[in-house]
Amino acid sequence: MNKLSRLKGILPTIGPGALWLVIFTLVPTLLIFYTSFLQRDPHGWLSGPFTLENYRRFFGISESGIDALYLKILGRSILLGVVATMVSVVIGYPFAFFVARSQHKNLLLLLVVLPFWTNFLIRVYAWIVIFQRKGVLNAILHSLGFEPVFLYPSWTAVYIGTIYTYLPFLILPLYASVEKIDWTLLEAAYDLGAGKLRGFWHAIFPQTLPGLVAGIMLVFIPAVGTFVISDLLGAGKTILVGNVIQQQFGSSRDWAFGSAAAFVLMAAVMAGLWIYARRAGEIGMEELV
Amino acid sequence: MSSKRWLTLYGILVLLFLYLPIAVIVVLSFNDSKYGVVWHGFTLKWYKQLLEHTRIHPYVWNSAIVATTSTLASTILGTLLALGLHRYRFSARNALLFLLYVPVVIPDVVMGVSLLLFFAWAQRTINALHLGIGTVIISHISFQIAYVTLVVKSRLTGLDPGLEEAAADLGASGWVRFWKVTFPLIAPGIAAAALLAFTLSLDDFVITFFTAGPGATTLPIYIFSSVKRGVTPEIHALSTLMILVTTLALIAVQRVQMRR
Amino acid sequence: MEQRRLFKGKRTRTPGGDIIVRLEGVRKRFDNDTSALNGVNLEVRSGEFFSLLGPSGCGKTTLLRILAGFEKPDAGRVEIAGLDMNGVPPYRRPLNMVFQNYALFPHLNVFDNIAFGLRMKRLPDIEVRSRVDWAMELVDILGLEKRKPQELSGGQRQRVALARALVNEPEVLLLDEPLGALDYKLRKQLQVELMNLQEDLGLTFIYVTHDQEEALVMSDRIAVMRDGSIEQLGLPEELYERPSSRFVAQFLGTSNLIPAQAVGEKEVDTAFGRLRISKKLKKGDRVTLSIRPEKVRLSRTASLQYNLVDARVDDIIYTGAENQYLLDINGFELVAYTLNSDIQEPGFEEFDYDEKIVVHLPEENLVVIHE
Repeated sequence: MNKLSRLKGILPTIGPGALWLVIFTLVPTLLIFYTSFLQRDPHGWLSGPFTLENYRRFFGISESGIDALYLKILGRSILLGVVATMVSVVIGYPFAFFVARSQHKNLLLLLVVLPFWTNFLIRVYAWIVIFQRKGVLNAILHSLGFEPVFLYPSWTAVYIGTIYTYLPFLILPLYASVEKIDWTLLEAAYDLGAGKLRGFWHAIFPQTLPGLVAGIMLVFIPAVGTFVISDLLGAGKTILVGNVIQQQFGSSRDWAFGSAAAFVLMAAVMAGLWIYARRAGEIGMEELV
Repeated sequence: MSSKRWLTLYGILVLLFLYLPIAVIVVLSFNDSKYGVVWHGFTLKWYKQLLEHTRIHPYVWNSAIVATTSTLASTILGTLLALGLHRYRFSARNALLFLLYVPVVIPDVVMGVSLLLFFAWAQRTINALHLGIGTVIISHISFQIAYVTLVVKSRLTGLDPGLEEAAADLGASGWVRFWKVTFPLIAPGIAAAALLAFTLSLDDFVITFFTAGPGATTLPIYIFSSVKRGVTPEIHALSTLMILVTTLALIAVQRVQMRR
Repeated sequence: MEQRRLFKGKRTRTPGGDIIVRLEGVRKRFDNDTSALNGVNLEVRSGEFFSLLGPSGCGKTTLLRILAGFEKPDAGRVEIAGLDMNGVPPYRRPLNMVFQNYALFPHLNVFDNIAFGLRMKRLPDIEVRSRVDWAMELVDILGLEKRKPQELSGGQRQRVALARALVNEPEVLLLDEPLGALDYKLRKQLQVELMNLQEDLGLTFIYVTHDQEEALVMSDRIAVMRDGSIEQLGLPEELYERPSSRFVAQFLGTSNLIPAQAVGEKEVDTAFGRLRISKKLKKGDRVTLSIRPEKVRLSRTASLQYNLVDARVDDIIYTGAENQYLLDINGFELVAYTLNSDIQEPGFEEFDYDEKIVVHLPEENLVVIHE
């Protein structure tokens, strides 16, 4: 293929899409980075000079020591991400095998995909109805003779809501890997003296890794950055990084500080992605799609 | 109980967990009671109320327009991009691939505010891209492109390269080969990608939240602000209808796939 | 590995070791109601190269898997090294298997794959190292330690699978059609290597294959299976020269099958006249005579008294070393092979299409099958 025909091929195909991505994905991202070094000006917009003030404020660094306000919020967000991911894995891992080994694979898959495609706001606000003072949970407890619990608003509700929302995001890519498992490897492991547990660990688990890692990413990243779930189920009492960003770009109108917070969040997530990409490459990504 | 039985029991429990909230909403949408969850009888009045609530109609319309337009654009752009990436190797390829993964893995919030920021800059510098339906559509396309490209690209990778070679051997030139051989084979993949993009758009809240202007309210935005004021059976009715539409769409897709 | 011995000739060695595997009345039925095994009885001696031969679906693989412990028999007894294997899981049986698709662990390199069984037994690293090195040298894959299975060729993977099993020094090695995925030349080479390996190490091999030539070449004894039962069991020569059924006669090599009826003690009536045979029959017995194509003698002139038949050459197939003649005897088809040895003597002549020749069916080569 000579240079000219190659160019004639590349431009119309790659051109438009690449251009779009550059303008509407790369540039906005760079803008966030740029804005994080600016300041809010009296007219509600942004002005120079460049400063690290926003980052200092986020990390709470000042003369009088470290004010961990935002760091704690970041920590809580990461904690939510980690816990939600771990619980999703615990719940979802056996479930993926349940579906793969079942005779009704297609039906079960459909049943998992339906909540996945249901609007996520519906799936979140439903927990309000379940957890509110006169909600479903308390109605059931009452009829069984128990005292009511006050899970709305609460961190518990936020946690449960997060796990619930993102569970299908773990199950589906994981299932893609589980479905392709070569079970003769397990027989080989047994033949070589591995018992049931070690056989599973050495022969089956490694085969589930691509889907598992993809699934973990699909849960962790949105969970860390969520603001809707904490807003709805925490009713303003549970503040996560997502909420901070949303407030700064909303009512507080301090877009510079909000950009700094957004950038910190993004950096944390990108670091994770880069490490993952190094180890698992494109395979995992294609599993998830 | 054998381990298979335990696994089945477990599977059913997880399924119940997944459907509990959905079931609650659906059931309550037929409940003849404005507050609370105690069953007071079956009624369709909330649905009636919903349909009469003409204020909501533009939201449905907006969601539909945004989803359709953005899906169309992103499917075309994304498919072309996938083709180019699949076929050609060039120096910026890896950078482009990385850029492609950004919308997929970045938290919604960050993408939303970055676009808001971008539009604000554009407004102040070139006096364009004021918030409205247009900005929402642009934002949706921006994340849809990534998904469409990745899906179509993976289908392309799975294609047997021998097929195009056979076509060339039989006398088909470049574009002819594409339309007669490649395209029919990846068409299901493109359809799947389009469906994915459409669903992502209909479902999107966070990015729309930041980039919508007045008059650009979509259904998810409406549900969010409504629920913040207080959960009503009317919202349950709306939700149930949305769930119904999703279910029907899924079954239709399954049917189509089965027939192949 | 040295190719010291390329040709073993006919294996006349009758292994006299102890019985190391014994199956009694093993039965197995699968969910879809196909009967995989119908009461199989079998004894394998220590140091034997024993083959299970048969077409797909005959139950040979099921039998192997029952031995390995991956399937439980519905009835019957499985004994390995004198121990009853009832309830014993695969990881506690003194045997190892070479899988048909190799089943190498893709996330481990060659060394770790081979070392797997040893590490399961928690052997010290030094011993693991030395034993893996020994196994790798045995199958001639030194230098590939760090490679992953995906980076190996089919033949190399096969050797890794073999090494992985051998390194554990099992009492019995089970091989499930290990050479099926390899090309012809490589298969032939590995057949010889496997045979030498088995003899050098003195191991017992139980080998499953559907390739009858492979079984004939490699085995000390063969069990021909069909529809869940053993049709005939014996030395390769026994099965080839004296098949006990039409199925065995046709499955091993090619055979001419001639329906016949006894009219005297050693005389039968067939579609092409009376033939003398070397086995005593009762008058009126209906049997089938089997004669191998290479035993059929062709000539232009009649030189003997009996078992001569007139034939016309219908077709000739040239396979390089042989000429295969399809002969027409009044509508009945007979196959005969002659060697292309370029010797111009009676018995080594070459014939032409449509030529009328004389066929001699030597009585000692007419095998009687009671079917």
